[in-house]
Amino acid sequence: MGVVPFLFVIWYSFNEWRPLTGEMEFIGLDNYTRLAGDPTFSASVVASLFFSAGVLVLNLVIAISLAVLLNRRMRGITAFRTIFFSPVVVSVVAWSVTWGFLLAPDGGINGALQLLGIDGPNWLADPSTSLISLVVVQVFKGVGMNMVLFLAALQGVPEEIREAAQLDGASPWRSFWSVTVPMIAPTILLTGILTTIGSLEVFAPVQLLTGGGPGDSTNVLPFFLYRTAFVSQQFGYASAIGVVLFAIILALTMLQWTSRRKWVNDEV
Amino acid sequence: MRSDASRAARQRSRITTVTLYVLLIAVSVPFLYPTLWMFFSSFKPANEIFMQPPALLPREWTLDGFVQVFTAQPFVQQYGNSMYIAIVVTAASILLSAMAGYAFARIRFPLRSAAFTLLLAAMMVPTEVTIIPIFTAVNALGLNDTHWPLIILPIFGPTAVVSVFIFRQHFLSFPKEYEEAARLDGVSRVGIFFRIALPLATPAIAAVGIMAFLRSFNMYFEALIFLRTPEKFTLGLAITRYQDFYGEQMWNTQLGAASLTVVPILVVFLIAQKQFVQGLAQTGLKG
Repeated sequence: MGVVPFLFVIWYSFNEWRPLTGEMEFIGLDNYTRLAGDPTFSASVVASLFFSAGVLVLNLVIAISLAVLLNRRMRGITAFRTIFFSPVVVSVVAWSVTWGFLLAPDGGINGALQLLGIDGPNWLADPSTSLISLVVVQVFKGVGMNMVLFLAALQGVPEEIREAAQLDGASPWRSFWSVTVPMIAPTILLTGILTTIGSLEVFAPVQLLTGGGPGDSTNVLPFFLYRTAFVSQQFGYASAIGVVLFAIILALTMLQWTSRRKWVNDEV
Repeated sequence: MRSDASRAARQRSRITTVTLYVLLIAVSVPFLYPTLWMFFSSFKPANEIFMQPPALLPREWTLDGFVQVFTAQPFVQQYGNSMYIAIVVTAASILLSAMAGYAFARIRFPLRSAAFTLLLAAMMVPTEVTIIPIFTAVNALGLNDTHWPLIILPIFGPTAVVSVFIFRQHFLSFPKEYEEAARLDGVSRVGIFFRIALPLATPAIAAVGIMAFLRSFNMYFEALIFLRTPEKFTLGLAITRYQDFYGEQMWNTQLGAASLTVVPILVVFLIAQKQFVQGLAQTGLKG
């Protein structure tokens, strides 16, 4: 289940293997030394880390804000919850293709900006906006899931505690940080870990919207791996990329998991 | 004086409510607009897609895009492919992950906690990483360009881990007394699972079923790697392949195919949204 194939990936990463000719030759750590000197690889690591950090921060901030806004009795709250959740059920291909039209140089977003007298950039083809555009596409697609998890967590925060804080003169902002956040900390940890993992595995939006470009600005690791394996047909080298990608995911997950003692009170 | 103060307070709260609605409506735009634009643009003639200033509704309504969805590709067959694969994957995922989750929750076996840790670790291995050995194995078995890898991989792959986890959490919180009573009556372990534990696991079944169906129906990467023949394509792959004979993108057709993929799922979601959202939130990843 994922583990056995991964052992094969580790083994392949020590080999030079071109499936077209069928040659496979043990070369030790050569693939890894080659990675260390490959500028495309370092650009790819940077793109992946920036993408992941952007998605993590934006996703959690928006998810918690929406959950706090929706956590009240009011007409039409369910309708808004449904709207924010709806992209989760939309096919990632349909979602990406649609955003591709909207982000095009003469697409809907620049058209709207034009009405305000602003000349929008070519979002997906400009290296300074391409990665952040992908972050936005990914965040709006998935943030509804985290919002729902936070809503469930907020419903576990007793109203009395917040009222008590308010009676003691705490501002809403203060009571949010001192009362609400500590009580939903286990959910922040869980969604943080899952969102990090998910963002490091991103593929479809990259392939459909930017193809890793312009330059290597959006050439995230899963996409770089795919191209190395299935376009340039280097299975050994692609496996080494895969091992590094897994190592990054493992390291970031462990980092968040071990940091929990500092800021998460109850065990998850 | 007093009534003035309370009137002021009421007015303030009304202002807060109005502000909140305005804020929520503004925030809704990036969530709702793309889907609405996709749907209405599939009724536009192709030359209206990039017309300025941008408009949500077509100036001229046409079904040309939708007609081409079916003439340019075997779309009905592709729809059937996605549907039957998703149904098989959903049924198999529910059954297998329920059995695995039950075993982790109830049955003592050697190395149980080690096996569970290993299972959770598998969640951190991206599909893109293990695709190389899997691709090689699929080729060796002669299953390239068939639906087999698209059915087998999601059932046993990293996504199944979450399903097993959901069922384990569910069965851990399920009272043991029911099962003990049945055991005293001489019902076997298998009988207890199928006749008592599984039928009472509806919330977990709903959560796992919805997730497995969506994952499979919206799958893209595996289809891209394994499928070559248009008749075997699933919807995600099909949407990306709408081009005319000169290699130009058929914009309204592509959006039409995307709408036909998304809208039925959205309608089911709107009808059953309570079960969707609550099922995922409650049994979902809370434990």
